[in-house]
Amino acid sequence: MAEVLVFVDHVDGAVRKPTLELLTLARRIGDPVAVAVGAGASATADVLAEHGAVRVLVSEAAEFADYLVVPKVDALQAAHQAVSPAAVLVSSSAEGKEIAARLAVRVGSGIITDAVDVEAGAEGVVATQSVFAASFTTKSRITHGTPVITVKPNSAPVEPVAGAGAVEELAVEFSAAATGTKVLSRTPRESTGRPELTEAAIVVSGGRGVNGAENFAIIEALADSLGAAVGASRAAVDAGWYPHTNQVGQTGKSVSPQLYIANGISGAIQHRAGMQTSKTIVAVNKDAEAPIFDLVDYGVVGDLFAVVPQLTEEINTRKG
Amino acid sequence: MSLRIVVTVKYVPDATGDRHFADDLTLDREDVDGLLSELDEYAVEQALQIAEAADDAEVTVLTVGPEDAKDALRKALSMGADKAVHVEDDDLHGTDALGTSLVLAKAIEETGYDLVISGMASTDGTMGVVPALLAERLGVPQVTLLSQVSVEGGVVRGRRDGDSASEELEASLPAVVSVTDQSGEARYPSFKGIMAAKKKPVKSLDLDDLGIDADEVGLAGAWSAVDSATERPARTAGTIVKDEGEGGKQLAEFLAGQKFI
Repeated sequence: MAEVLVFVDHVDGAVRKPTLELLTLARRIGDPVAVAVGAGASATADVLAEHGAVRVLVSEAAEFADYLVVPKVDALQAAHQAVSPAAVLVSSSAEGKEIAARLAVRVGSGIITDAVDVEAGAEGVVATQSVFAASFTTKSRITHGTPVITVKPNSAPVEPVAGAGAVEELAVEFSAAATGTKVLSRTPRESTGRPELTEAAIVVSGGRGVNGAENFAIIEALADSLGAAVGASRAAVDAGWYPHTNQVGQTGKSVSPQLYIANGISGAIQHRAGMQTSKTIVAVNKDAEAPIFDLVDYGVVGDLFAVVPQLTEEINTRKG
Repeated sequence: MSLRIVVTVKYVPDATGDRHFADDLTLDREDVDGLLSELDEYAVEQALQIAEAADDAEVTVLTVGPEDAKDALRKALSMGADKAVHVEDDDLHGTDALGTSLVLAKAIEETGYDLVISGMASTDGTMGVVPALLAERLGVPQVTLLSQVSVEGGVVRGRRDGDSASEELEASLPAVVSVTDQSGEARYPSFKGIMAAKKKPVKSLDLDDLGIDADEVGLAGAWSAVDSATERPARTAGTIVKDEGEGGKQLAEFLAGQKFI
């Protein structure tokens, strides 16, 4: 069976969930070969094997942390040359898309970004995308070279299945461009203890109606009762009430959780572009005419300062 | 020595309009008004600020697109850019991101540059790959997704706010930079700026000028193909209740029914 490269997204050896989702998708089109680079890369092998990786190609060179993006492209290119894969799958993070794009140019391949599904087709790998603020679904193929596809988080289930997971050292020859952009310092984001926004099964968001940074505490309390991530609309972020890293929408993050709860968010097209593919959508808003209500499975027309705390209390009570 | 800054901008369909596919599965541009991609305004703003801080600098805005794309160039010129380059050619219809980056890279080389600044993504395709592709094609460092940027003594520095960390980056010029919508509000064109823009030069280039073959770009030259596009079925009308004191409890009941609690 043809091999499929999966670029591993990990933090010091802890594999992030979207990579495990990629392994599920890779198995539909071939045998997954994982490529893990940077400090802690070897430590990813066990969990990758438990999710079907037949081989794990590893390189722990210091260049991956010291310079931006290009060393990772060099590594993926080396793996591409060694494996001749049927496809290359990368997570649709900002960096993932940059890595995939540069690889595509180097190996003479087309690229598809932000796929929400990948399957084997008669003429090669078929990728499904959701476009125009999720108002259309397209099916696309790569017509030139190896399909290089980035896949959005939450696009496939994580399915444990045993793979051989043979660990092999990947020989990477760094290009002249690899050391072009120095990383002078790196400050890890302080953990809130909540799930990562793009990976979360439930997202609870606040918008203009939250009316102040201090009021985001009630959004956070609801999120915590559900084990959810916290999101914010652009209006709330621009007002300085919540960090940009939590922004959901066209210029922020695109999320696709099982449940999305929008509080005090009117639902402008830019926001809808980032959350419209959520499976179940719920909204709380004072304005019965807010466009968000066109999207919802369940909506409450009411004051979020009354509805949200009551909801949180009810959830906590039911959980016992 | 003058600092030559090229800002790549895109003329995009208004996202609040009703967007559709044409018969060839490219965007139907007939139906929708266009404008300068909002995210590119941040790139123009940072270019102008870097130019203002430099002793001697020139800002060129560059776009690839149909005749109407001149509107995007005019907007950038009215904000304060010095001149514009418009790559226009019938054979460009349907060009994908890889092809666009090829055309932009050739036009940037033709124009001459020390620094290329782009928006983080276009507001239509939202792929966010063109800045990285430009760096790859030009063979210069990529310093992308910056929320803060400065240029001094032939070195660009910036802050990249990623998912798990913030990074301080540094590269020597020439380089490709992209900026996010956190980099600083874009200025509004003044009346004086709008009047001045009418007199600023807009150079037109076609594929021949750039030494690019028609089969390297356009729909036929794209390395990916859209086989089908289906309109997402309208969501079935959800349940909407008015809060009369029990709205939170009613919502909890719904969530429990859906097994979220």
